[in-house]
Amino acid sequence: MELRKDYFADVRKDGLHEIGQPRPRLDSPGHVTGKTAYFADRNFPGMLHLKMVRSPHHHARIRSIDTSEAEKHPGVVRVLTAKDVPHNVYTILILIQIGPEDETVLADGKVRWRGEAVVAVLAETERAAQEAAAKVKVDYEVLPAVFDMEEALKPGAPLVNEYHGQNYYLYDSGECRKVRFGDVEAGFAQADHILEQSYRSSPIEHAPTETTGCVVAPEGNDRFTCYTNTQAMFFTLDNTSIILQMPGSKLHFVGGTVGGGFGGKVDVIVEPIAILGAKLTGRPVCFIYSREEEMQISSPRAAEKVVIKDGVMKDGRIVARKVTGYTDAGAYSRHSPYGAQKGAAHYPGPYTIPNVWIDTYCVYTNRTPSSAMRGFGVTIGDFALEVQMDKLARLIGMDPLEFRFINAYRDGDMKAHRQPTEGAALIECMQEASRAANWPVAEKYMAMSSYKKGA
Amino acid sequence: MAKVPVQFTLNGSEKAEFIESGTTLLHALRDKIGDTSPKGGCHQGTCGACSVIIDGELRLSCLTLAETCSGADIKTTAGLAEGGVLHPLQRAFLDAFATQCGFCTPGMIMAAKVLLDRTPNPSREDVVEALSGNICRCTGYEPIIQAVLTAARANSQNAA
Ligand code: FES
Ligand code: FES
Repeated sequence: MELRKDYFADVRKDGLHEIGQPRPRLDSPGHVTGKTAYFADRNFPGMLHLKMVRSPHHHARIRSIDTSEAEKHPGVVRVLTAKDVPHNVYTILILIQIGPEDETVLADGKVRWRGEAVVAVLAETERAAQEAAAKVKVDYEVLPAVFDMEEALKPGAPLVNEYHGQNYYLYDSGECRKVRFGDVEAGFAQADHILEQSYRSSPIEHAPTETTGCVVAPEGNDRFTCYTNTQAMFFTLDNTSIILQMPGSKLHFVGGTVGGGFGGKVDVIVEPIAILGAKLTGRPVCFIYSREEEMQISSPRAAEKVVIKDGVMKDGRIVARKVTGYTDAGAYSRHSPYGAQKGAAHYPGPYTIPNVWIDTYCVYTNRTPSSAMRGFGVTIGDFALEVQMDKLARLIGMDPLEFRFINAYRDGDMKAHRQPTEGAALIECMQEASRAANWPVAEKYMAMSSYKKGA
Repeated sequence: MAKVPVQFTLNGSEKAEFIESGTTLLHALRDKIGDTSPKGGCHQGTCGACSVIIDGELRLSCLTLAETCSGADIKTTAGLAEGGVLHPLQRAFLDAFATQCGFCTPGMIMAAKVLLDRTPNPSREDVVEALSGNICRCTGYEPIIQAVLTAARANSQNAA
């Protein structure tokens, strides 16, 4: 790796001795010798296997649940329903005051997406748990469902999640997250060209090589050790403590080894119910998603829709940007209100635009709840923004990279969030990119600097 | 469920177990014998994380019944280092940043070992072909391919 020390030579702190030096990863000796202990490498005598009975419907009222046949199945030790869970309705981000609680650990009265957990079966073997799960009888009254964000926002749409009372998340700023800067309509009035485009994305599954799961061992004195591949250890510990109404001191979580996560293992789904199973049976419990469950049940990246309207001058300056973003949370919030909020912060792009207007909605539909995935809330936004930038450049007949130099934010510029830009270095990145990609730009752009001192 | 006796060699030592008929080799190794180096990623023969070497052939242990392995010579990544010295493949994976989460690594190393045992000087295409049954969701494959090529060079230098 080459270190370019000529950039910001007068402001950089030197004497750095880590950057640019290869360092072996601490965990790789364990990986190459097969010694790294993943959660499923823990095996305890007498361990029970947990299998979920899941909703076959996208939206349905539960009239009744009959577990009697399942309980009689050879090898079954215990069957759990909603009434066994001490605090059954929860939401992950309640720990940072983002509510309301809107999701059930085990469905109670209603299912809101296909694949939702309804009944947990604990048995001596995986096979017995599977066979018994198939014997649980749930009587459903199927309800109309909504799968499209625009449909969900229409008056009279089926109400997905009663805990919200409407099919969108209510922020303290209202029905959406907003950014207002300058006067966007005046900007459009002044623009030489206006371009409005819509962009859409589908959900994306992380597909980690190791599936989601945990292994729980009762330690006596009502204490439990949970080996898990969570990516969010303290969210998991604290939410489990709330769901099970147990002090955190009784819960010992062991993690840190994750066989691929990419954001897909930040939700708190497997641990509370597995620990509850261990508590009620006094036996170790393992709950591991099959590959099929991982692909169908684990929360994906949200589907998004982004509508961008830009006003641009012939000389390349963007003078107005209006964005409406929609994030499909699926049936429950999980991390999606936060994802939609990040979008609002991100849509001005790394560009200096004097007039900006942004609304982002977190919408509920009867789809698999979406959640975190690598840069969620901003990755799809970047895709949309940069495709839009190329289209704008084409519209005014300008080179797309030169067009970005004109609009790139530089130190001292005011951002749409009313924070002055500091340490941008975007100009320098684009200069390097231009060289690396052999995409020449006019000399005046190569002479620019993000750091405006003396400029 | 009927139990059947199986006896095989695992990384040079004799193993004998009574297992339930129908148990996969992956489960037998991990849950009965305690070698957890083969990983279960899909349990349906598509990810390669459970790859082991049986009588010199690369096999998916999730699709191999343990009871068919009697008398076999089985090798896993856990047995690859000799006397605490890493195998050249292990060394190369370590040095080339070819592991991230590490979950695919034991299976990758087994697949690479079968390749190098047969083709000591593989081309890049040979490596890609040999690893094509092993899924890695983290590395983007390129560091893995480089590691295998590096290990092959180290091997041929040792031989020379
Ligand atoms: S676990 Fe055997 S191929 Fe995936
Ligand atoms: S290193 Fe994570 S799957 Fe390969």
